[in-house]
Amino acid sequence: MKKILCTTALAFSLTMPAFAEDYQPDPNAKPGGGIVITYKDDVATLDPAIGYDWQNWSMIKSIFDGLMDYDPGTTDLRPGLAESYTVSDDGMTFTFKLRGGVTFHNGREMTADDVKFSLDRVTNPATQSPGAGFFGSIKGYDAMADGSADNLEGVKVVDDGTIEITLSRPDATFLHVMALNFASVVAREAVEAAGDDFGKQPVGTGAYKLGEWTLGQRLVFEKNADYWRDGVPYLDSITFEVGQEPVVALLRLQNGEVDVPGDGIPPAKFREVMSDPAQAERVVEGGQLHTGYITLNVNTPPMDDARVRQAINMAINKDRIVQIINGRAVPATQPLPPSMPGYTDGYAGYGFDPEGAKALLAEAGQGDGFATELYVMNTDPNPRIAQAIQRDLADIGIDAAIKSLAQANVIEAGGNGSAPMIWSGGMAWIADFPDPSNFYGPILGCDGAVDGGWNWSWYCNADLDAMATKADAITDAAKQDERMQMWSDVYMGVMEDAPWVPVFNEQRYTMKSARMGGADALYVDPVSIPINYDYVYVTE
Amino acid sequence: MVAYLLRRIVQSVLILLGVSFITFLLLYVLPADPVRQIAGRSATAQTVQNIREQLGLDQPFFVQYWRYLSGLVQGDMGRSYLQKTEVSTLIAARLPATLLLMGAGILCELAIGLSMGVVAALRRGQTSDQALMIASFVAVSAPQFVVSLLLLYVFAVQLGWFPIGGYGTASHVVLPALALGIMGSGWYSRMMRSSMIDVLRQDFIRTAHAKGLTRSRIILRHALPNAILPVIAMIGIDIGIFMGGLVVVESVFGWPGIGQLAWQAIQRVDIPIIMGVTLVTACAIVIGNLLADIIAPLIDPRIKLR
Repeated sequence: MKKILCTTALAFSLTMPAFAEDYQPDPNAKPGGGIVITYKDDVATLDPAIGYDWQNWSMIKSIFDGLMDYDPGTTDLRPGLAESYTVSDDGMTFTFKLRGGVTFHNGREMTADDVKFSLDRVTNPATQSPGAGFFGSIKGYDAMADGSADNLEGVKVVDDGTIEITLSRPDATFLHVMALNFASVVAREAVEAAGDDFGKQPVGTGAYKLGEWTLGQRLVFEKNADYWRDGVPYLDSITFEVGQEPVVALLRLQNGEVDVPGDGIPPAKFREVMSDPAQAERVVEGGQLHTGYITLNVNTPPMDDARVRQAINMAINKDRIVQIINGRAVPATQPLPPSMPGYTDGYAGYGFDPEGAKALLAEAGQGDGFATELYVMNTDPNPRIAQAIQRDLADIGIDAAIKSLAQANVIEAGGNGSAPMIWSGGMAWIADFPDPSNFYGPILGCDGAVDGGWNWSWYCNADLDAMATKADAITDAAKQDERMQMWSDVYMGVMEDAPWVPVFNEQRYTMKSARMGGADALYVDPVSIPINYDYVYVTE
Repeated sequence: MVAYLLRRIVQSVLILLGVSFITFLLLYVLPADPVRQIAGRSATAQTVQNIREQLGLDQPFFVQYWRYLSGLVQGDMGRSYLQKTEVSTLIAARLPATLLLMGAGILCELAIGLSMGVVAALRRGQTSDQALMIASFVAVSAPQFVVSLLLLYVFAVQLGWFPIGGYGTASHVVLPALALGIMGSGWYSRMMRSSMIDVLRQDFIRTAHAKGLTRSRIILRHALPNAILPVIAMIGIDIGIFMGGLVVVESVFGWPGIGQLAWQAIQRVDIPIIMGVTLVTACAIVIGNLLADIIAPLIDPRIKLR
């Protein structure tokens, strides 16, 4: 089992160049060959400003680069297209020095103009980027968002090789934001030529370029021979076959036709695979920045009483729910997953205690129980998990009717506040970047508790919001422990009010063919999900 | 005939209009917001509002519907919300695969269904007749999802005769076509059986017997052509049911057709794609029915077009 270490301290160094020694690729790796990856759903787009799906996230990472990047298989920041950077003393201005001689797939050299163009583009409302909000701390973002400016005031081209970004407020997560796909550098002329179809004709600086795209069937990535990182990628080509049911993909893997089933091992087949030693040894297990939870709508009586919410927390048998998914998760005690900085070690959460829960309900004047509804997404194993929750609630006198709906309908019911309880499975939060702030704002903060928001508990605690804002303003590297302590306090405050029942943190299981090589960490890369395409290789 | 055709075409356009209205209305009242699917989970309220305005989804229902219709008559089916591509491009890329699978599937269901029906009719009341009719009942009732996976497991995984899903060569088409054809074959075998029994009772068959023709000649030259035509004319009407099966079979076999496209679009409320596929399907059904009605009198002069 792999434990993923998260070091954010690196990110906040004020001097340059402050990066740890370079990541050393596998010395046994040999170049050449190709692999086949399958996905059930179509790849919607490869436009880095738009793509935000399970399947296209890592694909976009391999076609494009941003100023910042992560060491493969880890959450440690490293420089990408930026060779180095400096931060002003007040932490408000970042000056990035770009690498020289980096060319786009079309052969033109990348310059600071492209960086500015890319950031202006992603924040332009006309682009409809789902990630625009991540750039909210850049000076001039608000003017972009309301349409009164056509470029970001805070992003300045100093010269061809230097770009300066000024923030409007201190933002401890800024370098992580610059490592997001949304901050990828795109070739201006390619965007202008392709217009709205850029997502189907992407041009970046990444390790692979798009060779072929047959709509609804397959995409073929070809090695970028001029890639600026020496020695990688190893593979000559990657073929992504779409429209493949996970069960069929597994059969094809067993038949030697597929190297990695992108959607993972289907739940119904998990035990069968893991009980066969020959197959189980090709499964790589890793953590991920994920928490599965039940939201308790604080506006729905009697759940407006914190004691009722605490009682519900005590009623849920998390170990049994973990068993339902064949042990593919660890029980959760708090909103943050264990591998996230800011996680509160030693906090046991609400233990399983139905008697205590009943007593607490009685104290809240709900001794006779009450009827409510539990919304759940209708794909396996979520309805089965909902049934387990229903049984646990019945034991303390709460009668929860299960509403099993399509994903979009559950999201709607959560966003408009009509759902009293939601099991998050299939829609649960997976962090965009390894920082505790990414687990708060939209899902637990006041900003998310709006019509159409993702805070389905409608929980809004102004004190915690203020503390969160204060924590994210700490950009001084020396004070990072203090910042993490503040975040830990925020989540402990959340647990006291109990708007969620944190249920489990899901583990990832990636299956690969026998011929695939490279460190296990590459197959459960916390950033390039499912695998890090740039560093894996084949042995035959 | 011309007047009849004109009337039918006007009717067809009205039907398509009705289909588009009902589908659009259903998608409008559906408690699922396409903007939230586009904007994703990290979007700010402002981003969501911007997208809603840009797509015109903040407009009243009739304004949205009118805009869609006026685009449609100019040949513009709109752009996919999530794939950011013209819907016509997406459908055109997938239509050939669907048509190929439909063609192969129809051949399969006819080949299996008609031969089962003929044999059953000739052995009427015997054990083999009963066995065939039970088989046809099973074929009609078996869920296509299960049939598809069974075929895949037995013939592709265990026996290795065919590829495990996918698209490209002739051998790829066999299993999905069979999966589609098995259900339809149940219907056709029953229709063929009753049609054949009907014909075998007719006077001209008795005359043929009286002339001293051989049994095989009577069946093949006299009975079969008369019995088969009304059954074949059913194909046009059958297309609607067939399209429903395509969604399931295309998903299981990873067949890159419009059924798969629709299925994925429905899950993510990609309205322009759902509308586009629905209309293309409705067109196919309308045309199929029209052809069936035109062909019927050519086959059987007793039917008159009115």
